[in-house]
Amino acid sequence: MSAKDAYPLLEADLLPLSIGAALLGTGGGGNPYVGMLRSRELLRKGATVDILPLEALPDDAWIGEVGGIGAPVVGVEKIEQGEECYCAMRAVEDVAKVKMSALICAEIGGANSMEPVITAAQAGLPVIDGDGMGRAFPEVQMTTFFIYGAKPAPAAIADDKGNTVVFRDVVDMYWLERFARDTSVAMGAAAGLAIAPMRMDFVRRTAVPNTMTQALQIGRTVLDARARRLDVVDRVIATTGATLFFTGKITDIRRELKGGFARGEAKIAGSGDWQGCEGRIAIQNENLVLWVDGTPVIMVPDLIINLDLETGEPITTEVLRYGQRVAVIGLPVHDLMKTPEAMAVVGPQAFGYPDLTFTPLALGPVHG
Amino acid sequence: MIRIGIDVGGTNTDAVVMDGNTVIAGVKAATSKDVMTGVVNALRKVLDAAGMEASAVDVVMIGTTHFTNAVVQRRDLAPTAAVRLCLPATASLPPMVDWPEDLRDVIGNHWFLAHGGNEFDGRVISPIDEAELVAIADQIRERGVKSVAVTAVFSPVSTDFERQAGEILAKALPEAHITLSSDIGRIGLLERENAAIMNACLRDLSRDVVAAFRGALADVGFTARFYLTQNDGTLMDAEFAERFPVLTFASGPTNSMRGAAFLSGVQDAIVVDIGGTTSDVGSLQKGFPRQATVAVEVGGVRTNFRMPDVFSIGLGGGSLVVDGPDALTVGPQSVGYRIVTEALIFGGETLTTSDIIVADGAADLGDKSKVAGLSPDLIRKARDRIAFMLEDSVERARISADPLPVIVVGGGSILVEGPIAGLELIMPNHFAVANAVGAAIAQVSGEVDRVYSLAEIGRDEALTDAKARATEAAVAAGARRETIEIVDVEDVPLAYLPGNATRVRVKAVGELHVG
Repeated sequence: MSAKDAYPLLEADLLPLSIGAALLGTGGGGNPYVGMLRSRELLRKGATVDILPLEALPDDAWIGEVGGIGAPVVGVEKIEQGEECYCAMRAVEDVAKVKMSALICAEIGGANSMEPVITAAQAGLPVIDGDGMGRAFPEVQMTTFFIYGAKPAPAAIADDKGNTVVFRDVVDMYWLERFARDTSVAMGAAAGLAIAPMRMDFVRRTAVPNTMTQALQIGRTVLDARARRLDVVDRVIATTGATLFFTGKITDIRRELKGGFARGEAKIAGSGDWQGCEGRIAIQNENLVLWVDGTPVIMVPDLIINLDLETGEPITTEVLRYGQRVAVIGLPVHDLMKTPEAMAVVGPQAFGYPDLTFTPLALGPVHG
Repeated sequence: MIRIGIDVGGTNTDAVVMDGNTVIAGVKAATSKDVMTGVVNALRKVLDAAGMEASAVDVVMIGTTHFTNAVVQRRDLAPTAAVRLCLPATASLPPMVDWPEDLRDVIGNHWFLAHGGNEFDGRVISPIDEAELVAIADQIRERGVKSVAVTAVFSPVSTDFERQAGEILAKALPEAHITLSSDIGRIGLLERENAAIMNACLRDLSRDVVAAFRGALADVGFTARFYLTQNDGTLMDAEFAERFPVLTFASGPTNSMRGAAFLSGVQDAIVVDIGGTTSDVGSLQKGFPRQATVAVEVGGVRTNFRMPDVFSIGLGGGSLVVDGPDALTVGPQSVGYRIVTEALIFGGETLTTSDIIVADGAADLGDKSKVAGLSPDLIRKARDRIAFMLEDSVERARISADPLPVIVVGGGSILVEGPIAGLELIMPNHFAVANAVGAAIAQVSGEVDRVYSLAEIGRDEALTDAKARATEAAVAAGARRETIEIVDVEDVPLAYLPGNATRVRVKAVGELHVG
């Protein structure tokens, strides 16, 4: 499939998309299973959603960014009423006095890969093949859109009960994160967030390209490997250019809450090629840094992904537990996330590691 | 203490008598179509083998795949109504949305969304509306449905809504069975609701099955209490099992793995349980089956039970051996319980794996002369194929390079020729009835899964509270308080929430109280 062609998202695509998105979630982002079911219900009722390449729309088309905001574990219990993101998106349209031509994901990683698909199905809009992270990050401002100057307002947040709160004037993206976070908690820690419309020429310049297609392809690789009983981890590495950095067993998992985020650390006793070594992963919702025997080998913004050694299932940080056998793979983040502007927002320093210097991963060989 | 363990499988009903930790006798009897005749036969046989009277037995533990099979085969399921307390939340995904259509049709696809439910922190989504629930009860009655599953959002945090709604529905529908999701599952609305609905649709069957077990035991002269085993290798008493049949799911593989650990004395190993039609392969950690990390489906329905991470391959003592033009194949077709009439060694006309083993002189079973004509080449090819299948499955179950031993149990163990994948092979005494042993040694447990605000109480206090609740749950399930151990503690902060909201799961396990 060429990323240059528009294509309809079909029911059969939803499962691979959700698996690929979970993998790109780098331990966070929430599990997209509920979102997958919601999209499936809409498609079964006759809705259609086209995935458009970044080249498709004219420069002056308006693009909306929507996503769920809240705690992933709430998302699997208090499932959405269904129109949270849709209401937030319409509220932004009203205040900004524009009509959206298409929607785009804030983050392809995890549950938020599905929210724009759902809103698009409800609004009859297409979804742009790209996103603002190429992975998942914990905070609203951590998108390429905000890093490269997207306006933080007007934005809107809506809940299951019919409450919609509009942020008319917000001085910067950090204030938006603070207000949206606090409001989402008042709304039951599960809400829909829509940010200010962006022009297509801006999105074209700043989005991480082709990530819907990338997630779909990763998901298809996983499903195909399972069906053919191949080693899923090997197949993911071979088809994405990821590199295996560690295999082992989780021997300790420590978690604490700092500033409303799950911060913690997982220790892994090496196995296979890493027999006798110790791996360590720092976590803030997502995996931040992997050290092997004290040396940092992968760090944000590059992707650190824990896969179940046996099944290849991505393991999110919330369900990491003692005794799990994991393969830790690293995947280079998109170049848009490696510039000095991006480093200030998503580099190791921004996550509280002043001593680390970002050493980008190289892309490994990619083959069928 | 004299215990009897019974395992009711699809092909065989196995029974063992244990005195303390010693296996006195173990037998196999054919599973009967009515199940109960097989149980009575197995019980008589095992008492006979042990030279014991029924009155000497203190307790009977039964593992059964009856309820799992009912769901998998879509039979004996009662029409069931799912009532969810949630509005306006969760309307995007109605109950049973991710079920296979045929199963949803069998139980009628009756679902109702109503007001009620909690937020993560215990706040109310919307108050309960009694008139709304009474109107729902009227519709349930009009449709002739007598099983109801009630699920409220965040009921693991607060059970009030489910209890209130349950009382209103029970009053309006005095003949109905009502299952509350908070009695069964953990956080994860769809999975917990799925379990509650499956439980509700099994309630008619569980009443009959538990009554029949009771009848079978009385028939043989038992006065002992009896228990059923559940998915995590622990017990529930008969009354509890009657109310919560869904908790027996996956108890079969769990029992055989626990039995394998007990019989071999090995705590960390790969276990291969070879039956008549399939082999279950899983890994044992510290004497317990490794739990699956992802959601487990039963009959195509997603659940979040603790389930052993076990997979099945189509290899058993009754598997068909076909020497085709391209290659020799073994399984997945099997003669199953018809092996006693269809295998060559029993005078039948179907070549099975058991025939190959007997022809090779590796087992003494049936009439050896019936397989004397098989060519040595065919026998070698079939044995190589069986060895390859076993090796492949052990390699799949093996998740480290550590040289773990392989414990082989089950009636089909004769298929194993020697070490698998170069690992130490253990075939313990009584290997053929390991699953009945696993049932006999099952423990009782209590579990909690709650969200605490650590801003209000400290982490230590939260864990202490959770452990106390788990202990009480274990005592309520029949554990002796002084033997209770906390076997699992897990606390997960809820990301993005202030107030240090933390989800705590604790499991307590203890020896069954016998008295």
